[in-house]
Amino acid sequence: MNVLVVDDEEDVKLLFEQRFRKEIKSGEMEFEFAFSGEAALNYLAQHQHEAVLILSDINMPGMSGLELLKKIKEKESAPPPTVVMITAYGDDENYKIAMGLGADDFLTKPLDFTLLKEKLKAI
Amino acid sequence: MNQHLQSILNLIQKDNLISAEQKTTIIKALKDADKELEITAFKLDRTEKVKRTTAILLEETIEELEQKRMAIEETNSALQKSLEELKSTQAQLIQSEKMASLGELTAGIAHEIQNPLNFVNNFSEVSNELIDEMKEEFRNGETEEGFAIADDIKQNLEKIIHHGKRADAIVKGMLEHSRTSSGEKVETDINALCDEYLRLSFHGLRAKDKSFNAAFETHFDANLPRINVASQDIGRVLLNLINNAFYAVNEKLKEGKSDYNPGVEVITRKTEKGIEISVKDNGNGIPEHIKDKIFQPFFTTKPTGKGTGLGLSLSYDIVKAHGGEIKIESIEGHGANFIINLPVEKFHITRVL
Ligand SMILES: Nc1ncnc2c1ncn2[C@@H]1O[C@H](COP(=O)(O)OP(=O)(O)OP(=O)(O)O)[C@@H](O)[C@H]1O
Ligand SMILES: [Mg+2]
Repeated sequence: MNVLVVDDEEDVKLLFEQRFRKEIKSGEMEFEFAFSGEAALNYLAQHQHEAVLILSDINMPGMSGLELLKKIKEKESAPPPTVVMITAYGDDENYKIAMGLGADDFLTKPLDFTLLKEKLKAI
Repeated sequence: MNQHLQSILNLIQKDNLISAEQKTTIIKALKDADKELEITAFKLDRTEKVKRTTAILLEETIEELEQKRMAIEETNSALQKSLEELKSTQAQLIQSEKMASLGELTAGIAHEIQNPLNFVNNFSEVSNELIDEMKEEFRNGETEEGFAIADDIKQNLEKIIHHGKRADAIVKGMLEHSRTSSGEKVETDINALCDEYLRLSFHGLRAKDKSFNAAFETHFDANLPRINVASQDIGRVLLNLINNAFYAVNEKLKEGKSDYNPGVEVITRKTEKGIEISVKDNGNGIPEHIKDKIFQPFFTTKPTGKGTGLGLSLSYDIVKAHGGEIKIESIEGHGANFIINLPVEKFHITRVL
């Protein structure tokens, strides 16, 4: 499975690579990282035929996670990629907006990696 | 007739040595003199009267003046009192403005602290697991793999320190912001200060208004000299300029033009005499007719409750107190650029090693 992680904090890369050390090593999962909404769209445009799961933060300067979600879901690609949004704790408002925009699932910050792994394996 | 003149007249009339003709002439002269004397006496009397009235009038005027003086004195002390009241109100306002902007900051602070704390927690947890794995590798004689994991753990610990310090700096910054400025100048990394307040402002506004978003960019001069400033004061200047800029782009965004991308830019630059900080936005700029008003205290175009109008006036005072200046470049409809120049204080030893 190919996962695109979108977050403006660059250290998430290191964190994911360590948290999914075994899965990456075994080739079970592959991670790509984009540090802004714009970079994520660029990546997706260049990798149109690969099935990717997108894991995106909401609070980012420039294009927010919500705008990214909207743009991805607007595009008529079949099947549309799965988008999991990461919301800040207690942020019901963004949760509702993301839900309306067609987010496939939600995770709250701080990320519970055990839960994330379970979710990813279930997909 | 005057009695002396009368006795002269009597003498002349009895005298036989003087001719009748001469008598007539002398008597006429006497009568004329008497008339003139009478007129003079009358004039004198009138002058006397005028003098008396004048004296009375003068007295009245003096009394009036005295009353006026007393009234002025009263007004003065009332003015003095209201001046003092104004001063204390102003001090309170400055404090509450500071507290208000602190309130605005809280949301930004929460976000800014949450992120590094998440990293601290996550990197600690993963390191804990890595130690078990490392032990396992060593137990199996896979020393190379074991050492590789040890390197990862070391790197994680560095990340923990980095993010721990990041949270620490934010808390310190917040405390500093709320404290009354001592005005004491310390050597300050202006780039770091700009970066900190840019993030706090962005996340603060973001937390308050979910529809808000804007791109921000920094162009920091890597060779910017550290300068001596009252850092929490300069921090407040930056915060206000950045808040104003984000507010301006957000207002333009609300106009709903589809091709508009709100953006704020903070640029630092070393200059001949010191440093330059520029806070630039692509909002609607400042209309010509309010350009010379925006630095006045309480001037605001924001709706009630949204702005006190003290931001720029305080900023102006703070920059002036540092021997610097604020300039504005603005094109109506296209954005504003607030440029601060701060001099490097020469021969100012802040640290003695
Ligand atoms: N970047 C900007 N673009 C357009 N107008 C601006 C900008 N910065 C300031 N102004 C104008 O100057 C006015 C005064 O700014 P100032 O910072 O003194 O007060 P305020 O922002 O209205 O209130 P406060 O700072 O207390 O929230 C603003 O109301 C606005 O009209
Ligand atoms: Mg302001």
